[in-house]
Amino acid sequence: MRMGLLQLNSVSKIFDTITAVDRISFALAEGEFLSLLGPSGSGKTTTLQMIAGLTHPSSGEILLAGRPIGPLPPYKRDIGMVFQNYALFPHLTVARNIAFPLEMRRMRRAEIARRVAAVLKLVDLSGFEGRYPQQLSGGQQQRVALARAIVFEPKLLLMDEPLGALDKKLREQMQLEIKHLHKRLGVSIVYVTHDQDEALVMSDRIGVFNQGRLEQIGTVEELYEQPTTRFVAEFVGETNVIRGEVRDGANGCCILETAEGPLRGRARQAVTTGSAALISVRPERLRLAAGQPARSDGDGIQGHICEVIYMGRLRKYVLDTAGGQKLIVARQVAGVEANSFAVGDAVVATFQPEDAVVLQDAHEHGDK
Amino acid sequence: MTGAYSERFWPSLRAAFCLAIVVFLIAPMVIVAIVSLSSAPFLTFPPPGLSLQWYRKLSGSSVWLDAIATSASIMLPSAAVATAAGTAAAVGLARARIPGAGLIASLIMAPMIVPVIITAAAMLGAFRAWGLQGTRVGLILAHTTLAIPYVVFTVLAAMRLVDDRLESAALTLGATRWRAFWRITFPLILPAVLSGLLFAMVISFDELVVSIFLSSPTVRPVTVQMWSDVRGDVDPTIAAIGTLLLVFSVSALLLETALNRQRARPLVAEAAATGPEATR
Repeated sequence: MRMGLLQLNSVSKIFDTITAVDRISFALAEGEFLSLLGPSGSGKTTTLQMIAGLTHPSSGEILLAGRPIGPLPPYKRDIGMVFQNYALFPHLTVARNIAFPLEMRRMRRAEIARRVAAVLKLVDLSGFEGRYPQQLSGGQQQRVALARAIVFEPKLLLMDEPLGALDKKLREQMQLEIKHLHKRLGVSIVYVTHDQDEALVMSDRIGVFNQGRLEQIGTVEELYEQPTTRFVAEFVGETNVIRGEVRDGANGCCILETAEGPLRGRARQAVTTGSAALISVRPERLRLAAGQPARSDGDGIQGHICEVIYMGRLRKYVLDTAGGQKLIVARQVAGVEANSFAVGDAVVATFQPEDAVVLQDAHEHGDK
Repeated sequence: MTGAYSERFWPSLRAAFCLAIVVFLIAPMVIVAIVSLSSAPFLTFPPPGLSLQWYRKLSGSSVWLDAIATSASIMLPSAAVATAAGTAAAVGLARARIPGAGLIASLIMAPMIVPVIITAAAMLGAFRAWGLQGTRVGLILAHTTLAIPYVVFTVLAAMRLVDDRLESAALTLGATRWRAFWRITFPLILPAVLSGLLFAMVISFDELVVSIFLSSPTVRPVTVQMWSDVRGDVDPTIAAIGTLLLVFSVSALLLETALNRQRARPLVAEAAATGPEATR
C-alpha cells in the first residue's frame, strides 16, 4: 500500500439547510488519478473546493500528507487547481499567468523565466508567451490553465470539469494528454467530471457521487462488475434493472422471484429471504435466441423485439418482455448477418448468473 | 397613401423632436460660452463684439481665484476619499456574504435618492453641533458622502463582470486575499475606479445646495460664489467662470467615456472567444 497523500474523514458540507456533501471519506495514494464522477449538484465540486480550501467543511477532517489542513488558507496548501472555465487572468499574458504562482512564492526572475519556458514546452505552447488569454482557442486556454497549476510543482492537482467547454474531439485528445502528463509528472490528481467515458478513460479509481454521498469508490472494473447500488450500476455504463423478491440467497448466489420468472445473480451483500431486491444485467451480457427458453445455459427472459438500433460495431435490441418491461440487449455485429433479429420476433434473452448483480432495493441509508 | 404619408411623417417628427431637445439642452451652455467672450460691459446677447476681458478680470480677481482654490481643495480630498471608500464598499458588497448587505447598499445609495435639500439641512444640523459647519473639513465630508454612491455604483457594476473564480484561482496559486485583490481584481476594475474618481470630482466641483448650507465667508467654493454673485450685480465674469466649470465637467465626461471604451474592449473580446462554448 502506497502512502496516502490525501485523506478525507467523514467530511460534510451543509449550506443553510441543504447537505451538499454528506460524510464523505476516501484516501488518495501518491501518484494516483482519482475521478469524482456524478451528476451536477451531487457534491463533487464542493468536495474539490474543500480540498483546495476555498470552502470549509461543516464537519469532518481533511489530511494532506498525514497532517490536518483545516486551518490552512488555500494559499498555504500548495495544491494546484484547474477551474472549469480555466479562470485565466485576462489582463496578464500567458507567460505572466504562468509566472503568477512563482511570483507569489518570491522566486528569482531567472528561475521564473526558466520554469515558465519549461512548462510551456511541456504543454506544447512555446511561442505563445506574449499572447493574452482571449487571443487563444479553448484548447490552448486549457493548456495554459494546466501549465499554471503545475508550474509550482504541487504534489496534488485538482481539476474541476476541465474539459467541459471543449468539443468532443478536442476533449478526447486532451484526456490523453492529461493522462500522459500525469504519468510523466507523477502528480496525484483528483478529477471532477460528470462524463463517465472521461472518467473511465483517465482514472485509476473512480468515486461515484450521488446527492452529496459517495456511493462507491473503486477501480473502473470494480464499479462495472460489482456495483453496490442501483445508482452506480446505472451511472457507470448501461444496465437493465429488474425488480424482484429474494427467494433464496446462499454462497453469494441469489435467486430472485421476478415478473420474468426466477432469475439468478451474484449477491455481494447479505440478502434476507423475502426482501425486495433488484437484479442488474449489462446489455452486452445478454444473449438472444429465437423462440422458447433453453434453461440449460442460464436464466431466460421472454419477450418480443420492439426496436433494433444499428450502431456500427454493435446492434442494440429493445425487448418488450413478458413481464411488461423494456430490456436492452447489445450484440456485436458479426460479419455475416447470421444472428440477427427483426422487430416483432419472439425471442428469449439469457445470461450467466455470474454476469448479473443482485442489489438492495430502495435507497439504502447509512454507511457502507 | 396615408401609409406612405405617415411613414415619412413620424420619422421626421421624431427627428424634429430630438433636435428640439438637443437645442434646449445645449443652447444655454453655448450662449453662456459666447457671452463670456463679450466685449460689452454687461450681460447682453448677442454680444456686440468679442473680447477676453472677462477671463482677464477673472484671473485678476482674488475673490474668484480664492473660490476656485477652495473648490479644488475640497474636491481633491473628497474625491480621493470617496473613491477609496466607495471602491472598498463595492468590493465588499460584491464579494463578501454579509447579513443585511441589501440594507447596507441602500443606505450607501441614500444620498443619491434623498432630496439634496433634506441631506443639506440634516448635515447643517449635525455639523453645527460638531463644530464642522463652515469649515473645509465639513465640506470635504459632505461632498464625500454625496459622491460615494456614484463610485459604489460604477465599481459594483465592474465587480459583477469580474469572475470571482479568478480570485479563487489566485488563492490556490499562492496569493493571499490582499495580494489577489491588488494583482488580479484591482487591475480589472481600475477603469471603473477611475470613472468613479472623475464622477466624484465633478460632483464635488458642481455641488451647490449642500455647499450653500455648509459654507462660510472664509470657506466659499466657486458654486456658492456664483450663486451670491448672480443675485447681486451681474456682469459677464459669471459667464466666464460658468464656461470654465462647463469645460471641466465636459472634459471629465469625455475622459470617462474614453476609459469606458477601453474597459469594454477586452471583455467583449473574451465573450466572443468563449461564446460558442458557453452554450454547453
